[in-house]
Amino acid sequence: MKRLGRALVAPATAAGVAILISALALLLSGNSPLRAFAEMWDNISSAESIVLIINRAVPYYIAGVAVAVGFKMNLFNIGANGQYILAALVAAWAGTQVSLPAPLHVTFILVVAVFVGAAWASITAILKVTRNVNEVISSIMLNFIATGLVAFLLAEPFREPDSASLIAQTEKLAASATIPQLNRLIEWTGVDLGNANLYGFLIFAIALGIGYHLLLNRSRFGYELRLTGINPDAARAAGVNPNAMILKTIILSGAIAGLIGMHSLLADPQFHRYGDQFPRNLGFTGIALALLGRNSPVGVALAALIWAMIERGTQPLSLLGIPQEIGVIMQGSFLLSAIIAYEVVRRRNEARTTAEAARLITQNTDADSNETVEAQVTR
Amino acid sequence: MDHHPPSPSPGQVDDTSAPTPAIELRNIVKRFPGVVANDGVNLTVRPGTIHAIVGENGAGKSTLMKTLYGAHQPDEGTIRVNGRERVFRSPRDAIDDGIGMVFQHFMLARNFTVWENIVLGQEPGNALRLDIGTARRRISELGQAYGLTVRPDALISDLGVGEKQRCEILKVLYRGANILILDEPTAVLVPQEVDELFASLRELTAAGSTVIFISHKLDEVLRHADAITVIRAGRTVTEIDDPATVNARQLAEMMVGSELPIPELRESTVTDEVVLDIAVLSVVDTDEFTDRRIVDSVSIEVHRGEIVGIAGVEGNGQSELVSAIMGLVASTGTITVAGEAIDELSTLERKALGIGHIPEDRQQDGLALAFELWENIMLGHHRRPPMSSGIWIDRNRARQRATEVVERFDVRTPGIDVPAFALSGGNQQKLVVGREMTAEPQVLVASHPTRGVDVGAQAVIWDILRDARHHGLATLLVSADLEELIGLSDRLLVMLRGRIVAELNPREITPSSLGSYMTGAALATAPPAPDTGEATS
Repeated sequence: MKRLGRALVAPATAAGVAILISALALLLSGNSPLRAFAEMWDNISSAESIVLIINRAVPYYIAGVAVAVGFKMNLFNIGANGQYILAALVAAWAGTQVSLPAPLHVTFILVVAVFVGAAWASITAILKVTRNVNEVISSIMLNFIATGLVAFLLAEPFREPDSASLIAQTEKLAASATIPQLNRLIEWTGVDLGNANLYGFLIFAIALGIGYHLLLNRSRFGYELRLTGINPDAARAAGVNPNAMILKTIILSGAIAGLIGMHSLLADPQFHRYGDQFPRNLGFTGIALALLGRNSPVGVALAALIWAMIERGTQPLSLLGIPQEIGVIMQGSFLLSAIIAYEVVRRRNEARTTAEAARLITQNTDADSNETVEAQVTR
Repeated sequence: MDHHPPSPSPGQVDDTSAPTPAIELRNIVKRFPGVVANDGVNLTVRPGTIHAIVGENGAGKSTLMKTLYGAHQPDEGTIRVNGRERVFRSPRDAIDDGIGMVFQHFMLARNFTVWENIVLGQEPGNALRLDIGTARRRISELGQAYGLTVRPDALISDLGVGEKQRCEILKVLYRGANILILDEPTAVLVPQEVDELFASLRELTAAGSTVIFISHKLDEVLRHADAITVIRAGRTVTEIDDPATVNARQLAEMMVGSELPIPELRESTVTDEVVLDIAVLSVVDTDEFTDRRIVDSVSIEVHRGEIVGIAGVEGNGQSELVSAIMGLVASTGTITVAGEAIDELSTLERKALGIGHIPEDRQQDGLALAFELWENIMLGHHRRPPMSSGIWIDRNRARQRATEVVERFDVRTPGIDVPAFALSGGNQQKLVVGREMTAEPQVLVASHPTRGVDVGAQAVIWDILRDARHHGLATLLVSADLEELIGLSDRLLVMLRGRIVAELNPREITPSSLGSYMTGAALATAPPAPDTGEATS
């Protein structure tokens, strides 16, 4: 409990600072912060709003986890964006090329997306391992290439055939490629969702989170991943091959990134195909969320929910004449102050842990004077 | 002579008669998490002299030089340059005071030419025009004045080690330094280059500059230095104003010290069963463009119940020998453990076969400081039972093992959930040693097992090693602590320039005579007497 309290000090402070800064921005632009905040609260507090927030947060979460896997090893996968749009497009097209019963159809599309995401990321990984190309640079450039490639594929090969419309989009997926909504499940527990639909990809996101936790904290691979992130030299001395770890981690990150677009593609009836309206920048949001959630499975989930909440809350502000962009200011200041607060708290904790350990040791052991002196001096 | 109080002040230097010291450090203290690197160091350097700082590895020499160069600030103590007290917030401040540092690892842009590297950051000309002519002329003037010959238009990547070093020195001189610090300048040079280097340094001091160099090669220190400061365990042990008054043996004694508890073995437990058999092992340098053999056809047999000590000045191939045994660098030759060839095995497979490894730098290679103790216990053992089953880590077993190590090896810690950075250096090392020993290895490769730890932890670690020997462990012990080597080893091998040059009986040798074998002096001046050992090279 105490530990949880300590973990929340930094984000709580950051939230306070973010609210303060956005209040200031509202005042400067001649609007009443109180009115804006009240309106935001109204927009996020109903059961319907909560469903919409969760729906929005699901792809954010997956993006956050995809980036977080890399961060755990000090690898900056900026390429998540390119990986997921390419994966979503190829999967959307591949899904129209087969006819399968529902569970298999969904599985097939997911496998294609994961595979494409991993394959695209493997370019970055191979360049880094064989030619020592910085993954930030190569993945940024691969984002541009992915965007171009998507535009090309959408212009001709993957474009909906016999389409009268001018819009470049893939053919709509068959009904069998749908992940069902969770409304019945929720309403069965007695909660009324009103007009909102809770999309079923949430289950996959939760499973991914649990899988990420088990992988990171319980598996050998996760141990080696964290070890390599903390101290690559010690990892090498312990027999862990750093290049193999880089390869595996970037590809894993890309595989997860492949899933980012699947929420929209398979669970959101608005899409069910890849087209102009398909969300395009979720990979970058993932970077912010991984930072905000400190790469932890739960932390990133909370960050994704807060992100979605701010967006949902500020959406209708423009109807009141308040610029909706206040949401972006809020997100930005929250992220920035959270990162600063994390670092401050980390340093304080480190100093405190060291001092506390030294104190406990000197208390517990009365004899050896050398040791005692050293413990004190070290502090 | 061998045991001076920590801070003797240079009493004979009188302010009125002697020149103001170029550099004067008083009671410098510098702490890092887990280590006190400098614990009251004094240093007085007369202007126009070549001043040597000697001490074992880990004695705090490099930390001291970084303090003087402004790379970090001391926690306590004062720095005076030409009599005036200074606080260096950054190397910039030190450069402004005329202090220049030549690092052991060169800081040169490989794809730039010599002159480009030298003027980098101090380019003559104006914002729009680089005055190449002036740059070249000044560089060749400086070079000629001090015998530092370089080819200004050659690419750094095409240069040999000696030329790169001259380039570094010119870079410092170009910035107007008149106090030069050289960190182990001869470590990378061949003997002829060493002579050239000191000839140039002599020219510099003749022109009024002051040179400070770090070394642990005692023969060259005695040959070239005007004054010597000896540092041991973070303290100044002795300041010698006239090197003619000491010899290499005395200097070695001061470096090593003799107040430490003397490690001793009881009865011999050596058997005739060879456990570790290294045959004509060689490691080729891949960093440089040479095919220099860092480890050159080394053959060693270690028996059950035996400790074989490897003595040698740092950088003569000991680290690479250890890395080759652990499978961390490519090597030729064969290594056999209990009859099984391990050449094709990975590091983890070697550890699984029962080779324990105490790395020479615990914080860099032996621990993940941010991991908690129980997580560190798995390091290198995490792929096999009991630490893991299948693809999963066995947290309970790891925690049990951590508790066991903490109790058995006297690791002083509030608990096993503490991150490793919170422990003192000695306790970190006990954790590493304990981790390797509880895995019950047949062979232990121990690199500097008590480096930088306090006397209490040192005694514990020596006990552990002796105990394991008694129970049949075959140990290869690499150390710079001569007392430790002589006290613990059943047999001593001396390594020089990658080769085993002598096999000595530790019962019949003193630290100072061992020291002369390590520098090669004993081999050059007189062949080893039959009663002290035999050279195998």
